[in-house]
Amino acid sequence: MIPLSYYLLLSGFLFACGVAGFLIKRNIITIFMSIELMLNGVNLSFVAFAARWHALSGHVFVFFVMLVAAAEAAVGLAIIIAVYRTRETLDVDRMNLLKL
Amino acid sequence: MCVAGAVNLLLQRHPINSALSLIVVMAALAGEYLLLGAEFVAAVQVIVYAGAIMVLFVFVIMLLNAGVEERSAGSRVSWLLGIPGMLTGSLLVAWVLLRHAGTETVKIGEQFGPPRAIGQLLFHEFLLPFEVTSILILIAVLGAVALATKPEKPVEGGSR
Repeated sequence: MIPLSYYLLLSGFLFACGVAGFLIKRNIITIFMSIELMLNGVNLSFVAFAARWHALSGHVFVFFVMLVAAAEAAVGLAIIIAVYRTRETLDVDRMNLLKL
Repeated sequence: MCVAGAVNLLLQRHPINSALSLIVVMAALAGEYLLLGAEFVAAVQVIVYAGAIMVLFVFVIMLLNAGVEERSAGSRVSWLLGIPGMLTGSLLVAWVLLRHAGTETVKIGEQFGPPRAIGQLLFHEFLLPFEVTSILILIAVLGAVALATKPEKPVEGGSR
């Protein structure tokens, strides 16, 4: 019997790590991995709540979140490859084409 | 282990090390799901995340020959305001969670969430979202292929 709040704390910690990585990282691939980390944190809280209230819908939601994450990873990595081809860099500080 | 992997993802400077620590996080999370009795979700986590998505990440890192990132020093205001703000925020959230949700407990190792029941739920109640997600995946595949292929030369025999 583990308190539900421990799972929520771990989930919140993972989400916070994702947000921190999203903000402080400079490499666009690492930023992308931080987004995956955030999605994983949310998934953990979904599963914890599903186990607490015996609701199978939580598992289905986690399934959908994973599918959307997979689609997003595919499209995002394709965008990264296209950007790298034109700009020759992965540094988000140098992707300032829209800047005046 | 999960926490260590997540912190390591932030601390590593080379993207391939971050990717490996993210794999550690995902494997640890799969173990957590198994402990929570969600065997289907644990299997999908290992297959989809630790398998497919991370292979994609590592492949792109290798393909683009990503090097060590250089760090830029943040402004003083962000250091002065950000770290105390983050500490107080996280402590507040942790305190509220531990104080007010202390009675709710989760049984460990309880078998719950068999794949058959999840399949029943998925194909009866969530049939429309399931189909919509399949279309989304199709669009994502097409978009990825369209984005990642080399743009063809617009003019034949022109500027080369």
